[in-house]
Amino acid sequence: MFELSPDEWTAVRLSLQIALTATAFSLPFGILAAYALARWTFPGKFLFDGFIHLPLVLPPVVTGYILLMLLGRRAPLGAFLADHFGIVFSFRWTGAALACGVMGFPLMVRAMRLSIEAIDRRLEDAAGTLGANSLWTFGLVTLPLALPGILVGAILCFAKALGEFGATITFVSNIPGETQTISAAIYTYTQVPGGDAKAWRLTAIAIAIALGALIVSEIVQRTAHRRLAQFE
Amino acid sequence: MIRFDAAIKLGAFTYEVAFESAAGVSLFGRSGSGKSVTIALIAGLLRPDRGVIVLDDRVLVDTEKHVFVPKHDRRVGVVYQDAQLFPHLTVRQNLMFGRWFAPRTEQAIAFGAVVETLGIGHLLARRPGRLSGGERQRVAIGRALLASPRLLLMDEPLAALDDERKMEVLTLIERLRDGFKVPIVYVSHSVDEVARIASPVVVFNAGHVVTAGAVDEVFGARRVQAGESRFARSSVLTGRIVGMRADYGLTEIHHPAGTIWIAGPAGSAGREVRVVVRATDVTVSTEPPQHLSIRTVLAGKVAAIDEEDGPLAAVTIDLAGHGHIVASLTRMAVDELGLSVGRPVFALIKTVALDERGIAPAGR
Repeated sequence: MFELSPDEWTAVRLSLQIALTATAFSLPFGILAAYALARWTFPGKFLFDGFIHLPLVLPPVVTGYILLMLLGRRAPLGAFLADHFGIVFSFRWTGAALACGVMGFPLMVRAMRLSIEAIDRRLEDAAGTLGANSLWTFGLVTLPLALPGILVGAILCFAKALGEFGATITFVSNIPGETQTISAAIYTYTQVPGGDAKAWRLTAIAIAIALGALIVSEIVQRTAHRRLAQFE
Repeated sequence: MIRFDAAIKLGAFTYEVAFESAAGVSLFGRSGSGKSVTIALIAGLLRPDRGVIVLDDRVLVDTEKHVFVPKHDRRVGVVYQDAQLFPHLTVRQNLMFGRWFAPRTEQAIAFGAVVETLGIGHLLARRPGRLSGGERQRVAIGRALLASPRLLLMDEPLAALDDERKMEVLTLIERLRDGFKVPIVYVSHSVDEVARIASPVVVFNAGHVVTAGAVDEVFGARRVQAGESRFARSSVLTGRIVGMRADYGLTEIHHPAGTIWIAGPAGSAGREVRVVVRATDVTVSTEPPQHLSIRTVLAGKVAAIDEEDGPLAAVTIDLAGHGHIVASLTRMAVDELGLSVGRPVFALIKTVALDERGIAPAGR
């Protein structure tokens, strides 16, 4: 009963591929944005903060539509990227990854920002007086101490990316083998007669992946807690 | 050599301080008087609105010439009140942190020597979270020292320790200062500590320098004492050890105004020492005392009488030879003895009130 058909497998593989890609590419930008929000003061910080959080409050379909308007093949930015760099997002799995990354970004930044803000600034000052410039201080003090929060942020982004539906389907549609993720596949199967069994199987897999992500995040947090308990 | 002259406004707090020192210097004053701001300015953690800070031949800050050396290029070590060790690194990694960034040619201070002097060899593999307060502070001092700094800033390094640990770490600091030849800027609000560290003292109040000079000149001078609680008021006397009376276990210290007796050993004969005397431990007599248990009697003249609110007065006595001593008396005693400025008096100190915390070899 629990044998997956090739197109179901494809949906599962695509989902994981898209979510992992989205998380991996968001990570450096997420850390940078979180650090900027936690440590720097600059004009327009409030707007920057709001802009990052926009995908969290906007309807996903709206985010997807904005992406389509910006990066669609006939949109100015999309055409420019396609003509000069050969990068195409619309109706490709890379576009799905982009949409998922955008949707997961605020969750990621939030977790990371909190963990960076929790670090005593005087530790960074101490590193400075010991001869470490700001880059070394970041790498040797800030980053390792913020690591639990960074991992949690990455897991949140991954989970969000796995479940993303609205922005993805608006931006890159629902093409089997290219942009059809688990969520999109389930949606498709519920629309056709006799698709219930398939939908059920994918639902079970979605639950398993979600539980797996939750367990990993729990383990990470517990390890972090233990390590912090050891620190103090 | 430190030349410091800086002004900064931090909210409602106005700070304007200037001082110079040939080597180390102690910054003394109550909390909130601007000592820690001075540390932050020298370390490069704060940028002054106006000012010049020069260390040896190197200009660290000159606002007019737009010079501001960033903190990681200053080679100035800082020891904080609460150690601030990196919690995710082992003690060894903490110690090596600054060393790794110091130029090879300037790693004048040997790892083994520091670890041995501080007695932290058995802690190297541990993480800071498992250390006691005293251990943490010793590691923090070692970490700052191993970066081979040109100057070591210590911001109340003993404040978080109990009395016993204080003595222990203070002794280590003295040993490091003399052994590794790093000048120290020492911040404290304790007369005992400042007297032991024994460098020239700059006294702070409300973001300004009140007075500056050698320890025994500064403490005992009226300006420093004004406004302090009578228990916080102390004088510092400098004398020379004559020897030890083995039969009584007392050390005899020569001061031109009289002999100071101290319980227990205080060092070898011929050595100069400083003795911190709390104003509440000083009794004043107008005649040489007889039939009294007091052993330490110092002759001098009343230099000033500061009547305070309420029943108390602070009497400053110029001692014969050199130095001052402050006595906290009741106004009734001042009136009934007929004390007035210029009157010859004797300052009596109970020997048992002097403990080893108040006695320090007079360093450089």
